[in-house]
Formats: sequence, structure tokens, C-alpha cells
Amino acid sequence: MDTYSILRQIADSWVLLMMFGFFLGCILWAFRPGSRPLHDDAARLIFSPEPEQPLQRGAKREAGQ
Amino acid sequence: MDYLKIPLLALVTLLAAIAADWGRDPAYSLHAAIVMIVAGGLLLRALRRTGEPRPAPDLSGYMDGPVRAGVIATAFWGVVGFLVGVFIALQLAFPALNFDWSEGLANFGRLRPLHTSAVIFAFGGNALIATSFYVVQRTSAARLWGGNTAWFVFWGYQLFIVFAATGYLLGSTQSKEYAEPEWYVDIWLTVVWLAYLAVYLGTILKRRERHIYVANWFFLAFIVTVAMLHVVNNLSIPVSIWGSKSVQLFAGVQDAMTQWWYGHNAVGFFLTAGFLGMMYYFVPKQAGRPVYSYKLSIIHFWALIFLYIWAGPHHLHYTALPDWASTLGMVFSVILWMPSWGGMINGLMTLEGAWDKIRTDPIIRMFVASLAFYGMSTFEGPVMSIRAVNSLSHYTDWTIGHVHSGALGWNGLITFGCLYFLTPKLWGRERMYSNAAINWHFWLATIGIVLYAAAMWVTGIMEGLMWREVDDQGFLVNSFADTVAAKFPMYVIRALGGGLYLAGALIMVWNMWMTVRGAPARTTAPTDTIAAE
Repeated sequence: MDTYSILRQIADSWVLLMMFGFFLGCILWAFRPGSRPLHDDAARLIFSPEPEQPLQRGAKREAGQ
Repeated sequence: MDYLKIPLLALVTLLAAIAADWGRDPAYSLHAAIVMIVAGGLLLRALRRTGEPRPAPDLSGYMDGPVRAGVIATAFWGVVGFLVGVFIALQLAFPALNFDWSEGLANFGRLRPLHTSAVIFAFGGNALIATSFYVVQRTSAARLWGGNTAWFVFWGYQLFIVFAATGYLLGSTQSKEYAEPEWYVDIWLTVVWLAYLAVYLGTILKRRERHIYVANWFFLAFIVTVAMLHVVNNLSIPVSIWGSKSVQLFAGVQDAMTQWWYGHNAVGFFLTAGFLGMMYYFVPKQAGRPVYSYKLSIIHFWALIFLYIWAGPHHLHYTALPDWASTLGMVFSVILWMPSWGGMINGLMTLEGAWDKIRTDPIIRMFVASLAFYGMSTFEGPVMSIRAVNSLSHYTDWTIGHVHSGALGWNGLITFGCLYFLTPKLWGRERMYSNAAINWHFWLATIGIVLYAAAMWVTGIMEGLMWREVDDQGFLVNSFADTVAAKFPMYVIRALGGGLYLAGALIMVWNMWMTVRGAPARTTAPTDTIAAE
């Protein structure tokens, strides 16, 4: 088979399946149990008392704090 | 460091001087001369500074210098792009404006790509770079990575814009829509863009937040995808390294497909994903409420990323492209409606419980109108991608109307909102100088868009119907010139709408100017100013 046909066949089968599976996995992962508090924290991240300056090394800020 | 920089700059200056002399076409020679002047200037600066003790830069704060410069550049290029747009709209209505003396420099064909690139890449691109640098620092609680690389990104991007704009006027183009610049400009943009990616990614990697906020996902997708699209669509071989002309690697329908894979994803990732990054930060920030559903934003992100990349072939209905490919593009375009509206709903519903702000806060009103236009044009787009609709709409001004309701409505208004948000923050002011002026801007822009889009719908559908009208003998009823004559009133209304939009932007520039030089600075005012660079 020529290169085009080989690539086309791979793209039409396994690659399609992999991409679709990855996409579904991402969606399902967003709905996993226990994700809500994490998501709420992440959404509030931009309102965490905004440091006027970047945090220094070692001073890791937890999301939502 | 200086001992490396000085000979390097001297070499670049020399090579550019040679290139300017040997250049085979005016655009190439002009660009080489620009490089010579820029590199020569940097060389002189480096020479004068040699041996001078330089104060260590203050690395404690956020690096907002490039953001401030980006805000100014956005406003400047916006006005330039809108002005050229109004002028070419008038050229279409009154062809006498293609003056004899400017033939070959400022006729419609030369100015049209100047307009599209100025608004998309200069206005939109600067807005994206500035807001992404602002957002990534705040959401990562980290200073931009890479020191002065961010300044290189800013100035390098301006140089790209100057190359592109002057090149179009002098006729240097590879004739690919939204990718007109020739090979050496493409290479330069690739270098700048990779530096942009490095700064952005570096900042995310050294973040002090555990989570990467969703706005950064969209910005990152925009940067990575645009890099990929740009490189693949611009694969070409220069005819001579002393000239601007190049030959594309792809040919025929492959070239067309690559071009519209690029073209539609430029819409999808430059004008959509990047601007959604702005939306997910600035709309919640201005509304003072977290985004409506973070889960929805994640689904929105992945759905948009996975679907957009396939939609390009809908630009090639009824061409040599195989039917299956254009059907694929059409189907994905229709499915794309869902994530687009998911994003719009997520943005609008962020105002849940704060709807009164639409009445009281003109910046919020701008964001809401922007999202409404986003919703409208992402509904119109899938409809137009359907083959049967496309047979009527393609090659007509309906397409132009669609593009402008998206570009002026969604991209323009959200950018204005961000500029109004950023200007007081970046220059340490309490708020914008005049709220009334923001209101004026909002109404001028909105009425301008409505006039523009409505005129283009009418004229587009009219000319589509006129083109396909046949008499009982099967002969075409209208000549092309008949349609041109019939479109005249709509072209005048379109130019009027564009004029209103430009007027609104000028009011914004005045407002920004007054804000920056007006009220007394707060004590926390940033120390480094643009003038320093």
C-alpha cells in the first residue's frame, strides 16, 4: 500500500479511537466524584487576596486560600 | 555579554546593509533597510553603554512593562486597522478613491490585507500578548519567566507587523489569506512566537499556585496551535535569499486545504481560544464573581480544541476538494456550535446575581455585548458552513458580514473591555478617566456593528440570489456589474457603520490618554515605565 493509504487507514481507525477516547476521558474526568470542591477553589483562584507582588520561592499558595 | 552582543549586532547590521543593496524587489530592500536601522541603533546603544555600571533590575514585582506597552500598541494598531478598514470600505463604494497617483501602493488590493492583518494580528495579537502576560502572572503569582525575553516578544512582534504592513503596500505577498507575509517575515514571526511560548510556559512552570487557571489553558492552546498552523501553512522555498518571492511546497488542492486548515484555525485558536482566555479572566474579575461553572469551562476547553481543528474544509465547498472532506468540515462546524454556546453561556451566566451591573457598569456591558456577538456569530458560522447555505453565501458579502460581527463584536468589544480594565490598573489609577466616554464608545461601536452586519446580510443575500437567477431559457439574468450597481447603498451604510466603530475607538484612546496622564498616581505605582525601554 502507498503511504497515503496506510496513514489514512491508521487515522481512520486507531487514531480516531484514541482521540475520541481521550476526549471522553477528559469530559468524564471533569465529572469525577469529589471534583466539585476543587473546581470551586480553582474558580475562586483569581479572587484570592491578590498578592501585589509574585510570591517568593517556597511560599506556595494553595488554591482558594 | 556585551562582547558577544556587539559583534553580533554589527554583523547583522552589515548583512542587512548588503541585503538592502542586493535586494531584488523594493519590499525586500526596504525590510533589509529597516533591519539595518534597528540593528544599527541597538549596536550604538550597546556601544555607548559598554562598561557603564548598570543597576540590577528590580525582580520583585510583576513584569508589567511589556503589558503596558502592549496596551498602548493594541490601541494604536486598532485605530490604524479600523481607519484602513473604513477607507477600503469607502473605496468599494466610491472606486475613485483608488487614486491614480497611489496606484500600486494604496489601491484596494494592497490595502485590504493591510486592514485584515492590522486588525487581526496587530490589534488582536497585541491584545492577546498583553492580556496573556498580565493574566499568567496574576494567576500563577509569579513574575514573567526569562527576564527581557518578554520585551523581545513585544518588539519582535511589532517588527513583524511593520514588515507585514509595508510588504503588502509594496506588493510582497504569498497570496494566502491571513498568511500573506513572505518567507523571511514568516521565519521572523516563528522566532518571536517560540520566544513567546517559552516566556508563557516558563511562567506557568514556576507558578506558585497549585492549579493552572482555565484562562491559561486557552492562552496556551492558542500559542501552541498558532505556532503549528503558522509553520505548516508557510512551508515554502524562497526563489532567492536576496528577494521576497517564494514558492509554496504544497500545490493545488493540497495547498488550498492546508491554507484553510490554517485559516479556519486562525479563527478558532487566534480569534477564539485566545480571546476566551481573556473572557475567563476579565469577565469574572470585572463582575466580581467566579466563573459560572468551572466544570463547564473544562468541557468547553476540550470540546473546542478537539472540534475546531476539523472545521477548515467548509471553506472549500464545491471545489476540487473531495466531497467527504468538505462534508467532514461541515459536520464538525455544526457540532462546534455546542461548545461555542457552552462558552458563551458560561461567560454570560457568570453575571448571575449581578445582572444589575449591566446597567451600572459600562465595562460589563461591553463584555456582555461581546459574548452576545460571540454567540450570534458562532451560530451563524455553522449555518453558513452547511453546503446548501454555502452555495448561496459563498463569495458574497454575507461572509464579510459574518466575519465582522465576530471580529468587531466579539474580538473588538472584549478587547476594549480588557483595555478599560487594564489601563487604570497598569498605570496605578483608581478608574478610567470618564465613564460617560466608555458609554459613548459602547453605543457607537454597537450601532456601528449592527449597521455593518445588517448591510452585509442584505447585500450578500441579494447578490447571491442575483448571481444564481436564470430566466426561462436557462440564461443568467444579471451580469456581475448589475450586482455591483445594486450593492452601492449597502456599501455606503457599511462604511458608515465602520466610521462609527472607528469613532468609538478614538474616544477610547482619548479616555486612555486622560487616564494615564490625568489623576495623581497611587503610591504603589509601578516604577519601570515604557520610556525605559
